[in-house]
Amino acid sequence: MDHIISIRDFSRERLDHILDTAQRIGDNQYDARALSGKILGLLFFEPSTRTRMSFETAMARLGGACISIDCVEASSIVKGETLADTIRVISGYADAIVLRHPKEGAARLASEFATVPVINAGDGAGQHPSQTMLDLFTIRQSMPLEQVDVGLLGDLRYGRTAHSLAYALSLYDVNLHTIAPKGLELPPNVVQELRSRKMKVREHSSIKEVIRDLDVLYVTRIQRERFPDTASYYGVASSYRITPELLEGVRERLIILHPLPRVDEIDPRVDALPYARYFEQARNAVPVRMALLLEVMK
Amino acid sequence: MSENSHQKGLIIRPITNGTVIDHITAGEALNVLKILGITGTTTESISVATNVTSPRIGRKDIVKIENRELRQDEVDRIALIAPQATINIIRECAVHNKKGVTIPPLLKGVIRCPNPGCISNTKEPIISSFEVTRKGLQCTYCDWLITKDIANHII
Repeated sequence: MDHIISIRDFSRERLDHILDTAQRIGDNQYDARALSGKILGLLFFEPSTRTRMSFETAMARLGGACISIDCVEASSIVKGETLADTIRVISGYADAIVLRHPKEGAARLASEFATVPVINAGDGAGQHPSQTMLDLFTIRQSMPLEQVDVGLLGDLRYGRTAHSLAYALSLYDVNLHTIAPKGLELPPNVVQELRSRKMKVREHSSIKEVIRDLDVLYVTRIQRERFPDTASYYGVASSYRITPELLEGVRERLIILHPLPRVDEIDPRVDALPYARYFEQARNAVPVRMALLLEVMK
Repeated sequence: MSENSHQKGLIIRPITNGTVIDHITAGEALNVLKILGITGTTTESISVATNVTSPRIGRKDIVKIENRELRQDEVDRIALIAPQATINIIRECAVHNKKGVTIPPLLKGVIRCPNPGCISNTKEPIISSFEVTRKGLQCTYCDWLITKDIANHII
């Protein structure tokens, strides 16, 4: 049985296979009744709008149906039911389960108790593999993943999307540039692991020094709660803000991605520039998740 | 105590039945007792020698436990903090069985995950699980990596 738990479980071949399927789906080459009669169980123990809605959309586009817990407060969970029991019960109703849970490792646990495939849609500060896949997919739409300079900007210490994406990119011919405020750098063990996988990793403290050398700029949010006071947050956040002025003289093929929601990281004036691809990235959630659903349920 | 101390006189006397854990990394004897759940209130007779000279490993600790033969899961735990230890099972004053310790590739129920956000630290019906890798011990559930102070995380 195929579970989708962590991007680390994927080889380059398997990732490419899913992204190729997503590409065909994006080109409208798919059977709209492929999952007709199948039921997807959506278990969201944490709030989510886009992940949840994109999975619902993906299932509907393939002719399947969804069941979900609408309100965790009104379910058996408040009565003290374990996740293991919930998963065993929903396994009897659905053909696959999509899980978001506040605890790290929840999806791994679910895969041990489920009798149907489990897709991890975010477990606490842990993994969110379908996000990484749609990030890769969006880059691949613009350029082949060969000799690409990718910059990761923002909170690289706590940001799970950045870690997963860096790991996935290490399977390809990519030079990684990290740009993070002091104290929010990519953890040394992650850098070490990427380098041991033969990835070139260069660490920068300023976006200005590297922006002209990038093909992809992946922006993540710098969270206010990581700073002792509002003033120091604004000081740092403003020096990492992406503006049209900063983008003067950049490579022609540069694309800017962001997992969204954004707050102040990207000036809205950037939206009109050809580099801005974050809304396209959000749209790509549907074909990529359709590919994943086909992968686990066909 | 040196390896040939039998000729020179004994710091701690031999046992009739039980286990002798020899070649424990110097200074780890008390952690070995902790792992085995041996506290001041347990009934076993214990002898401990710490920081004695050893031709093989320089300095070592020795623990002798009377009337108790260690189980495999206990031996696995000891391997984590004293990888060079040897376990001698003694029956009627003779060495019945002598073996080294090996760290198994997967530690089930041995280590508590230090990550408070890990699902293995909740009331879910699972036991902790750590993979032994070159970099350290990695939680199967949340990927947390333990590289030092392993003794503090042993259940």
